[in-house]
Amino acid sequence: MIGVVLTRAWLGLVLLFLITPMLVVVPLSFSSGEVLTLPMPGLSLRWYVDFFTSGRWLAATRNSFVVGAATAVLATALGTLAAFGMFLWGRVPRLPAGLLTLPLVVPSVIAGVAMYFAFALTGLTNTLAGLVLAHTVLALPYVVVTVLAALQGFDRTQLRAATSLGAPFPVVLRRVVLPQIAPAVAAGGLFAFATSFDELIVALFIAGPEQFTLPRQMLAGLREFLSPTICAAAVLLTLVSLLLLALHQAVWGRKGH
Amino acid sequence: MTRTKALAVALMAPAVVVVILVLVVPLLVGFATAVRDPELRVALPRTAELLRAWDGRGVPEEPVFAALAQEVRAAEGAQALGALSRRLNFERSGMRGLLLRTARAELVAPYSMALPAVDPRWGEPATWTMLRRASLGVTPLYLLRSVDLDVAADGSVVAQPEEEAVFVKLFRRTLVIALEVTITTLLVAYPAAYAMARLPGAWARLATVLVLVPFWVSIMVRTTAWFILLQREGPVNALLLALQVVDHPLQLIFTRVAVILAMVHVLLPFAILPMLGVMKRIDPRLARASASLGATQWQHFLRVYLPLSLPGVGAGGLMIFMLAVGFYITPALVGGTGDQMVSTFITEYTTATLNWGMAAALAVLLLAMTAAVVGLAVLLVPRLRARTA
Repeated sequence: MIGVVLTRAWLGLVLLFLITPMLVVVPLSFSSGEVLTLPMPGLSLRWYVDFFTSGRWLAATRNSFVVGAATAVLATALGTLAAFGMFLWGRVPRLPAGLLTLPLVVPSVIAGVAMYFAFALTGLTNTLAGLVLAHTVLALPYVVVTVLAALQGFDRTQLRAATSLGAPFPVVLRRVVLPQIAPAVAAGGLFAFATSFDELIVALFIAGPEQFTLPRQMLAGLREFLSPTICAAAVLLTLVSLLLLALHQAVWGRKGH
Repeated sequence: MTRTKALAVALMAPAVVVVILVLVVPLLVGFATAVRDPELRVALPRTAELLRAWDGRGVPEEPVFAALAQEVRAAEGAQALGALSRRLNFERSGMRGLLLRTARAELVAPYSMALPAVDPRWGEPATWTMLRRASLGVTPLYLLRSVDLDVAADGSVVAQPEEEAVFVKLFRRTLVIALEVTITTLLVAYPAAYAMARLPGAWARLATVLVLVPFWVSIMVRTTAWFILLQREGPVNALLLALQVVDHPLQLIFTRVAVILAMVHVLLPFAILPMLGVMKRIDPRLARASASLGATQWQHFLRVYLPLSLPGVGAGGLMIFMLAVGFYITPALVGGTGDQMVSTFITEYTTATLNWGMAAALAVLLLAMTAAVVGLAVLLVPRLRARTA
């Protein structure tokens, strides 16, 4: 019994430790002062106004959403097809599975520097297309794993039934398979978007100032001068992440973790 | 191959091709960059060709001097000569100045007399053997420098002088920080996951969501939070001063403790979630079975529960280590100069000093170190599991 109390108290502390740092930024973003000083001189929305009127932050916001959306579409399409291919193969085939987990095990700094060298040869550095490709690869494993998990509950005989009734394969995929794994596909897409939206390291290597995403712009801002606009950006970014998490929980929720 | 298998391959192909083109090929390009040595061949092609034909004894014949003098002169101000002087200057300082001076000099034949007159180094065999090595197209120099070794004038491998031997220390520090972070994270996470696994329904869901929130929030946002929290005038110091725990602000940011704290914060979800997954699958009736056989709760934990939960610890530990070893942003923002990891140097060489060879060599060695530690752990984990059987 003592063990239960102690471990629960510990869990409480750990959760506090996880959440509190992110909450501290919230009041600071509403400060009316120039620099981050405590206690705050007063409350204001000036740093949010600054965020929404600054060309650099707006451009970064646009880039983040464009790259995130494109990554989500591409990774979801490629990942769903690949997962279904693995399912059709029977047991999960080793080589493609190994290749598709590679983005998870290669440290992102190494992936970033490698992509930087290779993309420089092909003119993909400093382009949004390059960033989308890189983020797609980073997000692919999550989509594949999620969709593959959903396919575990898929009854194979439906495929034969549909085919015997004369449905060509694309129709089988769209009308029979996809409706049954739709929640997993949506969850994969959301996670892919979040992966891209949060990603910093690869962007650090292959994105020029024109392609700065929100995390990259935050880093640039922090290096220059710790303005409270960065806190406002952090709060806005957190809100987007929370929204994505809520959506993910709604479509996938308990089936996932 | 049956029709189904062919279809399966066709469905997997696009994703696999994208991963190969966007990750595998770049990794191979990266490995190649660590040993590629194109600068001399690009800037002074004829000289490079003649140097490769030279036997490497003493100084070369007049045609090599002539080719060098003419090509350097012709390349003055060109980008290729800039790249070559950076490359040679990296191997031996002073080479940039030598090349610039030579490019600007008015020279007449015989060049084997004229060049040493511009600078006596052109009369030294060591200069020419170095150029000859640089004409080969591949070099071990970057990899050697990454482990504090150097190529001496006669081509032999020697240790770097003490004050320049920074990289072995850097790799050791990276490994130490990654291991410290991994162990701390696992120790913090284990009791928390243990408690979560036995929380009643609604509470368990709440706790899971609270662990998932930081998992979904950008690492940049979380590191920014720590960057602000730990400032000299930041909230943590303000709190400590207000509570009169300290009478003057503590130096928190730019310390090792700050790096570990922020990294543990970022990585905790990666430990808690896999542990939770494994612990939830442990049959609660085992506790009663142990008790009926006379085991105390503590014995049950040590002999039954802990061994059964180790696969989750192993999976989480590997994941955390692999992530921690490549951490860049957290040490860069909240660490001091003594807390920087290999990643910082890779980034620096790529984006600031433009020494791609060093960036690639450090990346190759970092990947090798990661693979070695992970390989070792994988060898050990089945043994950990076997003990439970």
